[in-house]
Amino acid sequence: MASEAFALETAAAEAGTLRRVAIDPVSRVEGHGKVTLLLDANDEVQQVRLHIVEFRGFEKFIQGRPYWEVPVMVQRLCGICPVSHHLAAAKALDHVVGAEKLPASAEKLRRLMHYGQILQSHALHFFHLSSPDLLFGFASDAGRRNIVGVAAAYPEVAKQGVLLRKFGQEVIRLTAGKRVHGTGAIPGGVNRALSPAERDGLLADIDQIVDWSRAAVHIVKRLHAADPPLYDSFGTFRSNILSLVGADGALDFYDGRLRARDADGKILVDGFAVENYQQLIHEEVKPWSYMKFPFLAALGPRDGWYKVGPLARVQNCDSIATPLAEGERREFIDHGQGRLIHAPLAYHWARMIEMLHAAETIKDLLHDDDLSGSELSCSGTRRHEGVGVIEAPRGTLIHHYRVDDDDLVTMCNLIVSTTHNNQPMNEAIRRVARRYLNGRQLSEGLLNHIEVAIRAFDPCLSCATHALGKMPLQLELQDAAGQVIARMRSAS
Amino acid sequence: MTQQSILLDGLPVPFEEGQTIMDAAMAAEIFIPHLCHHPEFKPQGSCKLCTVKASGRYVSACTMPARDGMEVENNSPDLNDKRRTMLQMLFVEGNHFCPSCEKSGNCMLQALAYELEMLSPHFNQFYPNRPLDASHPQVLLDFNRCILCELCVRASRDVDGKHVFSLSGRGITKHLIVNAESGRLADTDFSLTDKAAHVCPVGVILEKRKGFAVPIGQRRYDVDPIGMQVERLAHRTTTEEEI
Repeated sequence: MASEAFALETAAAEAGTLRRVAIDPVSRVEGHGKVTLLLDANDEVQQVRLHIVEFRGFEKFIQGRPYWEVPVMVQRLCGICPVSHHLAAAKALDHVVGAEKLPASAEKLRRLMHYGQILQSHALHFFHLSSPDLLFGFASDAGRRNIVGVAAAYPEVAKQGVLLRKFGQEVIRLTAGKRVHGTGAIPGGVNRALSPAERDGLLADIDQIVDWSRAAVHIVKRLHAADPPLYDSFGTFRSNILSLVGADGALDFYDGRLRARDADGKILVDGFAVENYQQLIHEEVKPWSYMKFPFLAALGPRDGWYKVGPLARVQNCDSIATPLAEGERREFIDHGQGRLIHAPLAYHWARMIEMLHAAETIKDLLHDDDLSGSELSCSGTRRHEGVGVIEAPRGTLIHHYRVDDDDLVTMCNLIVSTTHNNQPMNEAIRRVARRYLNGRQLSEGLLNHIEVAIRAFDPCLSCATHALGKMPLQLELQDAAGQVIARMRSAS
Repeated sequence: MTQQSILLDGLPVPFEEGQTIMDAAMAAEIFIPHLCHHPEFKPQGSCKLCTVKASGRYVSACTMPARDGMEVENNSPDLNDKRRTMLQMLFVEGNHFCPSCEKSGNCMLQALAYELEMLSPHFNQFYPNRPLDASHPQVLLDFNRCILCELCVRASRDVDGKHVFSLSGRGITKHLIVNAESGRLADTDFSLTDKAAHVCPVGVILEKRKGFAVPIGQRRYDVDPIGMQVERLAHRTTTEEEI
């Protein structure tokens, strides 16, 4: 782990001697967050923090609800990748209803829904949220730095982005009933199959979708090739990585076992059963953030934090099962010249490789007759606990529930993708602040560099806050000189 | 003898002796919004959604006997505005969270809100604290959604002969209870086969472990809005009702 980790988390200088600058809200991300910078008299950065300012509390209010309601309720955490929560919850509750192995049709329909989700979310993130920075420059005219600006300057790129997302949303609609917040997955299976007409409708467009996804990978590669020093070094820090890996070591977004590597790529943990996640991952609470800080328990909070998401997944797996994406993965790995790639901007490259894999997988699934099967659910011996883990667009997503004899939820624990990336995002913006902001007169363009680093992780800030009941809350009243004159503290 | 009829929104609608305005309207496939009315049970006119203006007076269509030549105003901006307000009050009195409710798509309250173009709750939410009763092995009671229509009370008392449900309290504190010393459904002789198990127009009485089994697109009000389902509403029976 890099020795610079945690530098700039807390300023050493006296309170009241530093100037505060806030980026509030962070734009072009899902949810609401802000960044605070503390600068000294010489404009040297002394403290940088990413804050998540909203409070959700789903873990609490799902308690006492019937378990079959959970997959539909918890997906309301998010409007961008609700399918991930929907499926992670359904997977957890499969264990509760004793559905240890779903019928083939049910699992494939869920996979189709999930890969449609990956496709639409990755397209949204790259084209709508991040491409304006990458195509126009981080400090370019703010009025143009948006999807409308992209549509004006690069109409074909914008069109493909919009239509890629639309296709993914259509896959979701046909498997879940609605483009956003559907009901397709139920504990033990799914509630509908795909009709032949629905399959034909998707098949008519899928080759174009695969082509556009491939073109998107090429766009990112061209951007990297145009300025390698920037793309390889912007906000770069070293860390462990974590993701699910399929049974054969291949990239798998829907199911698998956990694998972690250290910053050099050495495997730390492999084949780890997801239901034991609490032995692998612990979470630290810090008084200044609603978002927890997960870490690998064996390494501790200082050395055990890790990245998740596309950059972790594409380098953590041994292969990708679809040919075009596998070719792109090999090229990506070669770019690292035998070392793990840690550059935040490489997230975009890995993300587009994943989008290509999602498109190819959807194509394969659409040719599978199981999608029109009639055996859509199963059940078995009732249990009181279930863990469901899935690779959401932004990374590893863990849902854990306990259910009582009366079918009501008694415990819910969610570790969402963005929470895993909490420390990495803070590290990235601290590197960027030190490199680009130190000693300079701050401008919107310079501050956007911070946001560019955050956007690379594609954070879903609204999903990521669940510290209810575990957050020590401290209230301080300070006088004009910054002296604390009163303090209230709640232990939990 | 000539056919007796009422004038419903200017249209002559025939009726037979003993029929209410609601009966006559339904027979003519004219929709009058309602919640507490069910063709299998004696009407009680408590929800007031079916309020119409008969000969210049506001009356409940489900209890008001039809009279020959009676002029009845039903589908008018004034009445629909009042009905929308009543719906808004029902929504804020309970905890009606359609996005995660398994009755969504099959719920009369939700269907009427769409029908009457209710766009917001308008009033401040009460957020009452109403714990679930999940004690019964087959049926869940989610009191959060109760609108006090008393259909379950009537079905259990008048048809099942069990008196499982009652309303308790007065005014704003009125609420649905289970007639057992413990107050728990498991401590009654309630059964999934009871009429009362199949009559709830909202999401209070629910068969366990069945939620969301019917996909979006195939639920009762997904295809046709409630105002287009008058014939089904007129002839519905509790045996065909899904929980």
